Amino acid sequence: MDMVQMEWYLVLATVMMFCGIYGFLTRRNLLAMLISVELILNSVDINFAVFNRFLFPGQLEGVFFTIFAIGVSAAETAVAIAIIINIYRNMKNIQVKNLDKMKED
Amino acid sequence: MGYTIFILLLPLLSFLLLGLCGNFMKPKAAGITGTLSTAAVTMLSYFTAFRYFSAGRGADGIFPTLMPYNFRWLPFNDTLGIDMGVMLDPIAVMMLVVISTVSLMVHIYSFGYMKGEKGFQRYYAFLSLFTMAMLGLVVATNIFQMYVFWELVGVSSYLLIGFYYTKPAAIAASKKAFIVTRFADLGFLIGILIYGYYAGTFGFTPEASRLMSAGMMIPLALGLMFVGGAGKSAMFPLHIWLPDAMEGPTPVSALIHAATMVVAGVYLVARMFPLFVGYAPDLLPWIAYIGAFTALYAAVVACVQSDIKRVLAFSTISQIGFMMVALGVCTSTDPHDGGLGYMASMFHLFTHAMFKALLFLGAGSIIHAVHSNEMSAMGGLRKYMPLTHITFLVACLAIAGIWPFSGFFSKDEILAASFGFSPVMGWVMTAVAGLTAFYMFRLYFGIFWGTENRELHAAHRPKESPLNMTLPLVFLALVTCIAGFIPFGDFVSSDGQAYHIHIDPAIAAVSLTVSLCAIGLATWMYARDRQPVTDMLASKFSVLHKAAYNRFYIDSIWLFITKKVIFRCISAPVAWFDRHVIDGFFNLCGKAAAWLSEKIRPMQNSNIQQYTIWYLAGAVVLVLILLF
Amino acid sequence: MTLQTIVFIILAVVICVCSVLAITTKRILRSATYLLFVLFATAGIYFQLNYSFLGAVQLLIYAGGITILYVFSILLTSSEGDKAEPLKTGKMIAGLVSTLAGLAICLFVIIKHKFFPSVFQTGELEVRTIGEALMGTDKFQYLLPFEVISILLLACIVGGIMIARKR
Repeated sequence: MDMVQMEWYLVLATVMMFCGIYGFLTRRNLLAMLISVELILNSVDINFAVFNRFLFPGQLEGVFFTIFAIGVSAAETAVAIAIIINIYRNMKNIQVKNLDKMKED
Repeated sequence: MGYTIFILLLPLLSFLLLGLCGNFMKPKAAGITGTLSTAAVTMLSYFTAFRYFSAGRGADGIFPTLMPYNFRWLPFNDTLGIDMGVMLDPIAVMMLVVISTVSLMVHIYSFGYMKGEKGFQRYYAFLSLFTMAMLGLVVATNIFQMYVFWELVGVSSYLLIGFYYTKPAAIAASKKAFIVTRFADLGFLIGILIYGYYAGTFGFTPEASRLMSAGMMIPLALGLMFVGGAGKSAMFPLHIWLPDAMEGPTPVSALIHAATMVVAGVYLVARMFPLFVGYAPDLLPWIAYIGAFTALYAAVVACVQSDIKRVLAFSTISQIGFMMVALGVCTSTDPHDGGLGYMASMFHLFTHAMFKALLFLGAGSIIHAVHSNEMSAMGGLRKYMPLTHITFLVACLAIAGIWPFSGFFSKDEILAASFGFSPVMGWVMTAVAGLTAFYMFRLYFGIFWGTENRELHAAHRPKESPLNMTLPLVFLALVTCIAGFIPFGDFVSSDGQAYHIHIDPAIAAVSLTVSLCAIGLATWMYARDRQPVTDMLASKFSVLHKAAYNRFYIDSIWLFITKKVIFRCISAPVAWFDRHVIDGFFNLCGKAAAWLSEKIRPMQNSNIQQYTIWYLAGAVVLVLILLF
Repeated sequence: MTLQTIVFIILAVVICVCSVLAITTKRILRSATYLLFVLFATAGIYFQLNYSFLGAVQLLIYAGGITILYVFSILLTSSEGDKAEPLKTGKMIAGLVSTLAGLAICLFVIIKHKFFPSVFQTGELEVRTIGEALMGTDKFQYLLPFEVISILLLACIVGGIMIARKR
């Protein structure tokens, strides 16, 4: 069966990951930053699956890592959103630049 | 003679006791403590003198030099080191007697004079310190011990001049005295170090061979030591501190600035006298010239001063000039041939200490009575204070050199020595002696006769001082009367052999005539109620009078030199350099660090995105480095 | 050009475009929506790789669970939207430059690197195999990590409740 080259998957994942990184660097909103983190995690998941399929076809490590990573990211998202909601409750907004109250006070 | 160490230890103990516990003692108890210890020291000194001189001469006809105590304090190398100890020789024993006597008199006198003063205990503590330092100076076994006690003397003088530390004039005077003498002591110290380096010892009797090989360095060292002595002994032009030092309590002036400390310079030269004669004979005439000029200058200034303590201060300077002249005119150590001055100087030191202390204590008694230093507040006091009047007159006659008072004998020896040196010197000194008689009797008449300040005396009637003040006066007056008949030459002479003082009739006649004429002139000018001649002279020679009254502007010249020349031309640029270049450099360092940290600080701004950018950039750079 | 290639191109384009949009759009809700599209396309990639179970998990957990969580939290927090002041140009340039540099380096490494001979083995991964591997304790079996993840999830749930709870 004629398949797409592995490198293309990797390039795609890389582009996605750096999109996430750029978003993490430049977004001003905590939730938007979290979305960027999701992009990064996703790209890594793709990489795991691709490596497993193309390089170690007889084994399952990549698949399981992907599953676990999805679980961990779900957990992380839950906690992060809880924190963000708590911040919102205290400060009435979730802009990054306002999160320096601990610096001086 | 082991007990001699107590001559030093007793005043030291008394100083420590009064200094540390004085505030817990009653003033009277403190005074008695100090006086008792001084009395014990005086008894010990007399006993020492008696034992020393009655022990007799050695086989060579010289009183032996004893060292009851001597231990090495700071060893530098095998031969060179600083010793501490007690050394007894004729002049040291003589000085012990003089210092302890005057000190005891001042201690007793101060009971009356300082009564009720704040800091009475402190005053006695300082007196004890001074006594200890001065005694340590005269019994020093080596030049360095002498220097140590020399500085202690300077410190206690500073403390006592500034005793009234709430009075700005007293503070200024104490600082002036300390700085001027310190300035001179720098020369002394350098001289000591040069001497120690070339002689290989700080002792007074170095090996002759080492001195011979040192060449010009020994005269240099001796000259520098003389500079130190000139500072302490108020030789021109370093005399400026002594008149101002009269801001201290009058008994202190009597003890320190008349009888003991100011003659330390004379004592130093006498102590080094064999070296001066042996290795620096060219220096001695210069000492004589400086002494003669100082004597003349101070005598002229003393003629026009109106503050009685200042008159006495200038008279002291003048008399110390006499002593320096006597030492300077010596050409050998043989008293029969050019070495007479040594004995004359020591003799005059002895007699002068007694009658000058008497004069100062008398002046203190007068000041105590009229509460002023100015002659204008006095006049006609003979009615109110007969005892002070008599003793003061005795002292005036002594300093004027009238037979049979002590000053006559010692001054006569000095004049004889001066005539032996050169006729010019002899006549100059005779003239100064005449001036001395003149200004002392001007002072005497101004105080006890002359124009009486009747309003002041009516408002506050002067009365005779209490017994504890007049007793020392009487005692010193008695000493002054008889001291001239002591066969001084039998005890002290330049070669140690017995020397029989004989009065040269010609010189004695001349000096007596001059003194009597001067006294007559003073009587004619000042004894009466109205003094037309004085006023006429003062207005006729107003320029001279004003210059002399202002001490010929020597103080102003010093001020000009220090303030305008040294401060402005040397100190100010150095201070500028220090403030702008050295401080500036370190300020720049500090400012650069502050600036840099101010620039770096925002990087730690708790902004996670910023951190991430740096992290990412760092990672990229790291990967690039690893890849290529 | 095979069907596989066409599908991949479509998925790749969707992922790239939606990723860029998700991080550049001003509105946070749109951003979440674009993220949803990216997650869908990622699931498509998994399907294309014949990892049907993985794709299903992706759809269920990510697209179905996490995205809903995002939408809820967005609605809860940002009433006035992402009306932050515009990004500073200097900061944007710094982020852009470092990102592009990192991207360039990674792409360079990926293209340059010689991997093992890549062989695509066809054939579906059976769910039975996965289940046995998750429940076993032998080599290449994952009971312990599975349990650890479950504990982690529990802890996160408790922690999330603790944090977000009103006091």
